[in-house]
Amino acid sequence: MSDAETLTTATEPTAPSSDIAPAARRGRRGEEIAKILFVVPAALTIIALFGYPVVKNLAMSFQNYTLRTFINGKAPWVGLQNYVAVVTDELFTKALVNTALFTIGSIVGQFVIGMLLALFFHKNFPLNGVLRALFLLPWLLPLIVGSAAWRAILEQDSGILNVTLETLGIVDAPIPWLTSPDVALIAIILVNIWLGIPFNLTLLYSGLQDIPEDLYEAGALDGATGWKAFWHITWPNLHAVVSITLMLGVIYTLKVIDIILGLTQGGPANATQTIATQSYQRSFVEFKFGQGAALSNILILISLVFAIVYLRATRRQVDE
Amino acid sequence: MATHQQRPAAHQTRRRLRTGIAIVLLALMLFPIYWMLNISLQPSGGTLPSSFFPPHPSLAGYNTAIQDQGQNLVTSMLIAVGTVVLTLLIATPCAYALAQFRFRWINWALLAILISQMIPGIVIANALYTLYENIGLLNSIPGLIIANAAHAVPFGILIMRSFMLAVPTSIVEAARVDGAGLVRAFLSIVVPISRNSLITVGLFAFLWAWGDFLFALTLTTPGNITPVTLGIYTYLGAHISNWSAVMATAMLASIPAIILLVIAQKYIAAGATGGAVK
Repeated sequence: MSDAETLTTATEPTAPSSDIAPAARRGRRGEEIAKILFVVPAALTIIALFGYPVVKNLAMSFQNYTLRTFINGKAPWVGLQNYVAVVTDELFTKALVNTALFTIGSIVGQFVIGMLLALFFHKNFPLNGVLRALFLLPWLLPLIVGSAAWRAILEQDSGILNVTLETLGIVDAPIPWLTSPDVALIAIILVNIWLGIPFNLTLLYSGLQDIPEDLYEAGALDGATGWKAFWHITWPNLHAVVSITLMLGVIYTLKVIDIILGLTQGGPANATQTIATQSYQRSFVEFKFGQGAALSNILILISLVFAIVYLRATRRQVDE
Repeated sequence: MATHQQRPAAHQTRRRLRTGIAIVLLALMLFPIYWMLNISLQPSGGTLPSSFFPPHPSLAGYNTAIQDQGQNLVTSMLIAVGTVVLTLLIATPCAYALAQFRFRWINWALLAILISQMIPGIVIANALYTLYENIGLLNSIPGLIIANAAHAVPFGILIMRSFMLAVPTSIVEAARVDGAGLVRAFLSIVVPISRNSLITVGLFAFLWAWGDFLFALTLTTPGNITPVTLGIYTYLGAHISNWSAVMATAMLASIPAIILLVIAQKYIAAGATGGAVK
């Protein structure tokens, strides 16, 4: 029996009221209902805003769901047609490759820079806390604001990056960062790295803080300092935080739409289309909701694969 | 003797040097935001200025921004505040229940909440568009508030639950013994004690709803409800003829994040790590 129950049963008889027994019974019943009511709004929200969309998307992806559906209410079942249409589209492979490059490039960049910064801030110096907190700013701004700022910096003719590169004599002609199919993907990866650094820094820093100081003291006695200490003490102890940082990073990056739309709208010549932007395009530009749903389901499937890999990896760790 | 005095001195220098390096790194990181401010204060047309300080600071860009986007800023504010209220109303009781009541299915509920955070926004937008079309919530502030709460509720439950796990059952029980009902004990004891986690969740709900672009883009049609993020996107989409107005709007849209980061640093830091690690 739990403490809570012991307490209530113990106090009931001492209550002054004479008709305590039925009241208590009614109270207990009411209490069980009240407990459930605490959860009901959230449960309904999650069912309506996550459960329903997932099921609805699955259904839509097997239907010919277009603008006409809104007019006549008809969305005929078409089997796998939507999936066939999106997968055989010439853009699909490109979008898939772009998604992979965008995700890998962003994650590697964010993680390495975030890790170096976390190690740096793990040292003790004046103003450490304030400066580290200010690093969070890019992450808290609306993504579209970040896109706007970088649009100004990367602008081909008068943007400060090209102006600086030309003044320093590093390049002869301005680089068309966002307007050339050859460099646009690199440019959006760089911007996304900038946006992801705060998240990686914060998680990895808190992971470093949780490593007990005496491990380093003991290591120092055995001659493990500097890089040796990093490889033999920091890295193994940071394993759990590193894997969750990477997993969340991958899941967040796969679904990025805002930044790409703000910077390039998927262009030039589809050089920055990903599965996520394609899904948006099909549904909300071409109004082929069935195909958009098929693409977004493929996106969920990819995220799911990563989540399963992560779960298996962490479980193996626990078993060890 | 000499070495004893030298070592702390060298140590001091090294610490100051680190602060210096940190400031340089921070300046690099925040350069895009400074640049936005710089351009917003320089009257400019389609060509961007390249001086590092505005030679003749002007608020002309802000004038245009407020004329074009003032209404949109108000819309965004209404959506953000609405999202905070709705998120806290829904998530707080649930967080408490999952932390303190002994339901048998708690692990399943937590798993469902974790998975829900993985669902891409575009999936929600796809389904909500068709739903909203039917029930008349397209192009409405309540429609956008509900969609934004989708993002914040699961996060809010996880953050507040991990905080409420630490609320000692004994103080709630003491209130119950004094005759307080479940709801009253929750409102008068648990909520005040967990205030910090409510603030953290409220802050993030506000910032997410304020910065939301995907729902604003998909659940409205042009010319109706326009949150400021959508306003900036419209500015950016066309050929940009007035950079200072675009950057001024972007600066105005950054103000909530800047203010909250300065005055509520510890709550932000709590949310940044809490959602992922705990």
